[in-house]
Amino acid sequence: MTLLADLAQALIRGDRLQVSELTCQAIAESMSPKAILDDGLLAGMKVVGVRFREREIFLPEVLMAARAMYAGMGPLKPLLVAEGVPSQGKVVLATVRGDLHDIGKNLVGIMLQGAGFEIVDLGFDVGPAAIVQAAKDHGVEVIGMSALLTTTMPAMREVVDLLRAEKLDGDVRTIVGGAPLSEEYARSIGADAYAPDAYTAVDVVKRLAGVA
Amino acid sequence: MIVEIGVAEVVPDRSAVLAAMDVSGGAQARPHLDELADSALRAFAKTAAPVGIVADASREEFAEIYAGAPGNAPDSVVADVFPRAEALSLFVVTLGSATSEAVARGFAEHDFAAAAVLDAVASEAADRAAEVVERRVERRLRDEGRLGGDGVALRYSPGYCGWNVGGQAALFRRLEPERIGVRLTDGGFMRPEKSVSGVILAGPRSIHRVTPTYPFCASCVAHGCRVRLRALFGRGTSVGPETPA
Repeated sequence: MTLLADLAQALIRGDRLQVSELTCQAIAESMSPKAILDDGLLAGMKVVGVRFREREIFLPEVLMAARAMYAGMGPLKPLLVAEGVPSQGKVVLATVRGDLHDIGKNLVGIMLQGAGFEIVDLGFDVGPAAIVQAAKDHGVEVIGMSALLTTTMPAMREVVDLLRAEKLDGDVRTIVGGAPLSEEYARSIGADAYAPDAYTAVDVVKRLAGVA
Repeated sequence: MIVEIGVAEVVPDRSAVLAAMDVSGGAQARPHLDELADSALRAFAKTAAPVGIVADASREEFAEIYAGAPGNAPDSVVADVFPRAEALSLFVVTLGSATSEAVARGFAEHDFAAAAVLDAVASEAADRAAEVVERRVERRLRDEGRLGGDGVALRYSPGYCGWNVGGQAALFRRLEPERIGVRLTDGGFMRPEKSVSGVILAGPRSIHRVTPTYPFCASCVAHGCRVRLRALFGRGTSVGPETPA
């Protein structure tokens, strides 16, 4: 088995110490940082995603793999930046105004970073104007919005309307999620997509960002 | 009245923790998941300090508190039930801040799985703390002869079933839960995070009978009310399909 296949397997097991060790070994052997990322870390996360969708593994195991991913990214990130390797894309994440439930949004952020996206996490109780402004400031491809309370969901529509008003809706796509939401609700407010869970969100964001 | 609550009264067991993380059947034999849950339960036992505060209120007092919430739905479950209640108690429970701080620390240190499982333990425990207070209020009312054999006490919280979450402000002014370390932020959120507020409405079982066809029910996926209604009135009660939250 090659070093990068070993790296992918260690990530799948959620073995962060071995992921860190193998990443450093791959760097020491002068492997390309992009190959280490693509064929080691991201390849492992892809398998984790498939197994999660098939319900062969569960959220805590996905999060263990995500932690291992971070352990590998530690030594790798400076090299990727130095080589100008682009990320998969940039995503603004926020729990909308009036809502403080951010665990789901945090999980989406962890998964997206594990899939190679850069995340601008605005936190919770974020107003529509601040979300749109952050999207403009950071030049993101996707805005992800979360809500747990039915009373706060309408703030998502305000973001979609604001993007339209500023003629940004062609460049910045929107994805919504949270316990009380549905595909139908996403459509009704004009959002581009809905995801029922954090891992589905990764696939949907990849599609929205054009990197699927 | 401040209500002391023991950690043992609110702590969920391992299977409830794993179920809350959507870990089902096939994962029963995974020792690393069991260890993750056990570790979170140990962390919870070290950090949680559950406590509650309760105050009785008259229907008129509660009507004023309810009316003070901006953005209540025109029709709501609480608005329909509380005029029929024979006893009303305002409550706030909290687990204290140390567990939430441990969760935040876990995420900051990229220990995502441990942090997420501890958060799930705390969410489950906060709800159980509210349940403990609900049961104690019910027992007290029975002991005082204010609740008959058919009587039931059930809790209702701002943010659910048409009672706007802004209702917490008026509730806090009356209850002063700052005495147990709970405050509202400028945005109207409770701190510590793992806290639950609301009103316990008690009376004959029939006062809680509602038909969950309010306008906001259409966008609700929790369906906790259906579970409660079936528990109260029997499985055959026509309240719509029961979907897990």
